[in-house]
Amino acid sequence: MPELSSDFYDFFGLERKLNLDEAELQRRFYELSRQWHPDRFSRKSAPEQAQALEATAILNDGYRTLRNPVRRAEYLLKEEGFPIGEQRSKDVPPELLEEVFELNMMLEELKGGDDSARPQLETAKQNFLGLREGVDREIETLFSKYDAAESQSETAKQALHEIRGVLNRRRYIENLLRDVNRALDPIDAAAEPIDERL
Amino acid sequence: MGTFQIDFGENRTSKIVGIDLGTTNSLVAVMELTGPEIIDDPEGRKIVPSIVSLTDDNKLVAGEPARELLLTRPERTVYSVKRLMGRGVQDIQQEIKLFPFRVAEDSESVIKLKLGNRTFTPPEISAAVLRQLKDNAEAALGEPVSEAVITVPAYFNDAQRQATKDAGRLAGLEVLRLVNEPTAASLAYGLDKRKDGVIAVYDFGGGTFDISILRLHEGIFEVLATNGDTHLGGDDIDNLLLHIALEDIQSEWGQDLSTDAEGVQRLRRAVVHAKEQLSFLPETNIDLAYKGKRYQRAIDRELFERLIAPIVERTLEPCRACLLDAKLTPEQIDEVVMVGGSTRIPLVRAAVERLFKAKPHTELNPDEVVALGAAVQAGILAGNVEDKLLLDVTPLSLGIETMGGVVSKLIHRNSTIPASATESFTTAVDGQRNVLIHVLQGERELVKDCRSLARFDLKDVDPLPAGLARIEVRFLIDANGILNVTARDARTGKEQSVEVKPSYGLTEDQVEAMIRESFEKAEEDMRERQVREARVEADNILAATAKAQKSDAWAALSSDERGSIESAVRELQTVYNGNDHHVLNEKIEALNRATQHLAETMMNTAVRGALKGTKID
Repeated sequence: MPELSSDFYDFFGLERKLNLDEAELQRRFYELSRQWHPDRFSRKSAPEQAQALEATAILNDGYRTLRNPVRRAEYLLKEEGFPIGEQRSKDVPPELLEEVFELNMMLEELKGGDDSARPQLETAKQNFLGLREGVDREIETLFSKYDAAESQSETAKQALHEIRGVLNRRRYIENLLRDVNRALDPIDAAAEPIDERL
Repeated sequence: MGTFQIDFGENRTSKIVGIDLGTTNSLVAVMELTGPEIIDDPEGRKIVPSIVSLTDDNKLVAGEPARELLLTRPERTVYSVKRLMGRGVQDIQQEIKLFPFRVAEDSESVIKLKLGNRTFTPPEISAAVLRQLKDNAEAALGEPVSEAVITVPAYFNDAQRQATKDAGRLAGLEVLRLVNEPTAASLAYGLDKRKDGVIAVYDFGGGTFDISILRLHEGIFEVLATNGDTHLGGDDIDNLLLHIALEDIQSEWGQDLSTDAEGVQRLRRAVVHAKEQLSFLPETNIDLAYKGKRYQRAIDRELFERLIAPIVERTLEPCRACLLDAKLTPEQIDEVVMVGGSTRIPLVRAAVERLFKAKPHTELNPDEVVALGAAVQAGILAGNVEDKLLLDVTPLSLGIETMGGVVSKLIHRNSTIPASATESFTTAVDGQRNVLIHVLQGERELVKDCRSLARFDLKDVDPLPAGLARIEVRFLIDANGILNVTARDARTGKEQSVEVKPSYGLTEDQVEAMIRESFEKAEEDMRERQVREARVEADNILAATAKAQKSDAWAALSSDERGSIESAVRELQTVYNGNDHHVLNEKIEALNRATQHLAETMMNTAVRGALKGTKID
C-alpha cells in the first residue's frame, strides 16, 4: 500500500503557494476522490479499506481547507510555525477601537427595544463590509508577496507575519459583522452561513 | 442412495441489494445488467408496508400480513417505527399519543415498545421489515443475500443512522453503506448522462423531509448542501385529516372513536385513501363504515390545500437554508427532482416549482426511485458501476461540550464525508485517570439546544500533575455519516482506550446480545422442528412394527431376532420424549435395521399371498 502524506499540499501534489488555481484544485479533488473513495474499496481487504478511509478524510479535509483562502492561509501559517491564537483575535485592533465602542452602544439600544438604532446599525454594517473588502485586498497583495519570495526566506517569513496580523484583524471584523447581522435579523443560528469567504 | 455436491465455484460473489427502509413503505432492489430493478415479493408486489405485528403465537410478521393485523390487532402492531429510530422517550411524547401501541415503562435512552407481553426496540422492529425484504430478495434471486446498502433520510443524525445500521445487523445483513435518500434518488435519475449541472432533490416522504443540492460533473455526484426535517411527512397530513374526521364523528355519532384502536386505524385508512384521491380528483369523500355506522364527508381539493398549506410551507424553509449553504440562488438550479409519495400532491409540486423556478422531474415513480438508487450504489460498491461516484456530506455540525455549557464546533455541517478533526485534551486535577468528552450534533451554540450524541470516556490516562497529560482525540465521520472516535497519548504515542456511551440507542454490547439471542432463537426453533419431525418418524415406525408383530412373519422370526426388535422398540420409546433429535434419529435407525429382515419376510409373504390363487397357465 502506498504511503500517505497528511500534508494537504503534498496530498494534492500542489506547490506551497497561497494563491491557488481553484479550477485545478477542484480537478485534482475529483481525480483523487475517484482513486480513494471508500466506495472503491468495498471488496478489498480491511487494511486497504482503512487506508482508503484515512486517505479520503485527508482529501476532504484538505479540499475544505485549501479552497477557502482564509482557511488556506491559516493552515499554511500553522504549518510554517505562525499559529493564530484564539486570544489574539479578541484584542481590538487599535484603528477599530472607536467603532467598536459605538457599535456596542448601538447593539445595547437595539436589544433594549429601541428600534431607532437600526439605521445606524445598517450604516455600521456597510462600514464593516467596506473594511473587510480592504482587508481582503491587503491579503491578496500579501499572498502574492509570499508566493514570489523564496520559501523559508526572510521575505517569506515577513509576509507570513504580516498575513497573520491581517487575518486576525479580519477575524475581528467578521465577529463584529456577525453581531450586527444577528441584531438586525435574529434568525435561527441553524440558518446562519458557515463559510467565511474572501 | 448417493448424493451429489454441486459446486458453483468459490469466487462467485453474491449480490448486494439496495434497500429503501421507508416510514410507510419499504422496497428492495438489485442492479441487473440492464439497470436497477425492484424485486417483487412472491405474490408479485413491489411494496412491503413498513408494518410489523406480533402474532398470537409470538412471531413477528412484517409487510402485508402485518397491515391486515393493524386493523384487527392494533395493540400488537407497529407502524411508522422509523420515526422512533435513534430517539429517546422524551422526544416522542407528542406523536406517541397517535400510535396504538404502547411504550414500555422502562424506556429511557432507547424506546421499548410493548407488544403483547414482549418488548421490542425500534431497531428490532425495523429488522423484521428488513428480514422480510431479505427473504423476498433471496426467493427472487434464488441465492442467499447477506450484504445491503440501506437508505436513510439525509438529515438523520448519528443516533438515527446507527439505529438503522443496528437494524441491518439484527436482520442478518451486513450494511456496506448507508446512503442518503435524496442522493440515492439522484443516482437513479441518471441525470449525469445529460450534462454537468446543479440539481436539487426534494424528498417528501411518509415521515421525513429532505432537500439536497448536488453538483454533477462527469459522473461525480457532489452534494453541496443538505437540509431537512426528520419529523415532517405525509404522516402529518394524515394526522391532520384524522383529527378533523375524529371531531366530526364525535359530533355525528356522539362517540369518541379515538379510544377505539381498530376504529382509528380504519379511519386512518379512509383519510389516507381520500388524500391519495385528491392528487387526481378535484373532490372526494372520506368514507368509513364501522360497526354498523357510516361516516361520510366530502372534501374538495381547495379545502385540502388550505388545510395542508402550513405543512407544505414547512418544507420550504429548509430549502431556502440549503440554497444559502450551497451559496446558490434558485436560478442557478438546473433541474429539480421529486422523490417520495407526498410529492404526488399538486400543491407540493406547485410550491417547489415556484421556489426553484423550474418544472420538477416526476418521470420516475416517486415510491421506487430511492430503492432504485440504492441498487445503483450497491452496484458501485460491487464494482459493477464504475463511471459514477457519490460524494456526500454530513447534515449536522459536530461539536464538543466546553466550559459553561457551550458547544465548540469541530466539523461543520455540509462537510464532505469522510471528514475528520483532531483536538487535544488534558487533565484538570493532579493524577486524574479519566477524561470525559461530551459530543453533540446541531447548529446551536449551547449544549442544551444541541442533540447529545455520546459521551466518550478516555480511560487509564497516565497519572500526571494537572494539565501535563496531552491526549489527542480524533473525530472521524465515515462515509455512512457515523462518528468514530480514537484517542492517542501524544507524549507516549500509544493508543488510548475509549469507552463509548451513546446518549440514544443501543450500545455495541446490547446489539451483540440481541444478535446472539436471535441466533439462539433461530437455533432453538430449528432444533424444535427437527425433534418434532423425528417424533413423527418414530410414531410411524413404531406403529408399523406393532402392526408387524401381529403378522405371520413375526412368528416366523427366530427368538433372537424378536428379542432385538423388542429391545430396539423399548430404546426408542425411552428417548421419545427427549429433546435431542440426534439420539431420536439414532434409535429410529437402530429399529429400522433390527426390523429389516422382518420387513423382507413380510414383503415376501405378501407377494406369495398375492400370487396365491392366481392361475398360471
